[in-house]
Amino acid sequence: MTKQEALIEYALRLGDTSLILGHRLSEWCGHGPLLEEDIAMTNISLDLIGQSRQMFSYAAQLEDKGHDEDYMAFHRDARQYRNLMMAEQPNGDYAVTTARQFLMSAYLVYLYEELKNSKDENIRAFAEKSLKEVLYHLRHSADWMLRLGDGTEESNQRLQVALEDLWFFTDDLFDADAVDDFLLKEGIAADLTKVKNKWNETINKVITDAKLKMPQPLTGFMRKGSRKGNHTEYLGHLLADMQFLPRAYPGTKW
Amino acid sequence: MKAVQLDKSEIWDLLYEVKDPEVPVLSIAELGVLRDITFENENYIITITPTYSGCPAMRAIEDEIIEVLHANQIDNFKIKTVFSPAWTTDWMSNEAKQKLKDYGIAPPEKSTFDHLASILNKKKTPTTCPFCNSTNTKLTSAFGSTACKALHYCNNCNQPFEEFKCH
Repeated sequence: MTKQEALIEYALRLGDTSLILGHRLSEWCGHGPLLEEDIAMTNISLDLIGQSRQMFSYAAQLEDKGHDEDYMAFHRDARQYRNLMMAEQPNGDYAVTTARQFLMSAYLVYLYEELKNSKDENIRAFAEKSLKEVLYHLRHSADWMLRLGDGTEESNQRLQVALEDLWFFTDDLFDADAVDDFLLKEGIAADLTKVKNKWNETINKVITDAKLKMPQPLTGFMRKGSRKGNHTEYLGHLLADMQFLPRAYPGTKW
Repeated sequence: MKAVQLDKSEIWDLLYEVKDPEVPVLSIAELGVLRDITFENENYIITITPTYSGCPAMRAIEDEIIEVLHANQIDNFKIKTVFSPAWTTDWMSNEAKQKLKDYGIAPPEKSTFDHLASILNKKKTPTTCPFCNSTNTKLTSAFGSTACKALHYCNNCNQPFEEFKCH
């Protein structure tokens, strides 16, 4: 593995997670449970999709094959996508969206806190910029964890179930591979052990405050492998929807 | 036709006319979106930075920069977008903040504020109403009509108002 190959892979992982999570949130547009939440979901979505563009442009520039950010988003198939499995999980009810957003935002906050000291100029700029935005997302989703967790018996129950269902995908967040190790030695990648410790501490506090129980580790059932392009069945459906237009009408502009 | 030769500060003055399409009282220079103007290889390099990563106004701002420069017979320029240093509302001058307030938008406070600690301690300080200066206000929506704004309600003068979020 060359440094260039590792960097392309790393940039795509960051960009793909932002884009897929952003696309999922965009599905709430016009369907939010409250007008304010409809606006919140689409605002967060906009931040995430904006963030992904930076990493796609960087990956395309490193590849040097004449591709651009749109190619990266619309012309790669599920097995070429490197987003975390958690990001592609369906929206479900508002408890599922809240739990997914909370677990992901807390992860991205600590990931970008590490990456804002990266020795790679593009990744550092991306993390510095994105960190401010994901902090706001964490604040919002932590608020909703409290509202639903410490709400009614029904809302508490639904959020507890959502947390436990999403727990299957939490090992995948910290599943460092050769690319991570290689770039960590170069001072470019984030140290996922550090990210995991801080993430654990924060989600523990909020989950307890919200009168919820920390899910138990599910030995043997935890899914991982997104860094190799393994995904749940949901990603293919998401891409079919997201990629239809530019594939059916190549080169279309509006 | 050879382009008119202008000083960098003259270009800066021309671009002062470019306003944020969503906050039309502030120019892109006052907002801190216009970062730098340099002259390299016969071209003016106009450096801009987005407020938020996904800000949809960036395209409109670029188009307006192009329009203003073309209207002044300047064709030798390039627009460059940078992400670092990350945009902050701390770049906004007091004068710009006053303009926002006069327009009815609560200006941002200092961004040295520790977001992470305040999330975990659930600490919230009320935003001052731009109309009556009361702090008897409540946050009605953390997200507003644009990425950079939040919605509040003033219990004193019974007015909803927008806040330019501290970032």
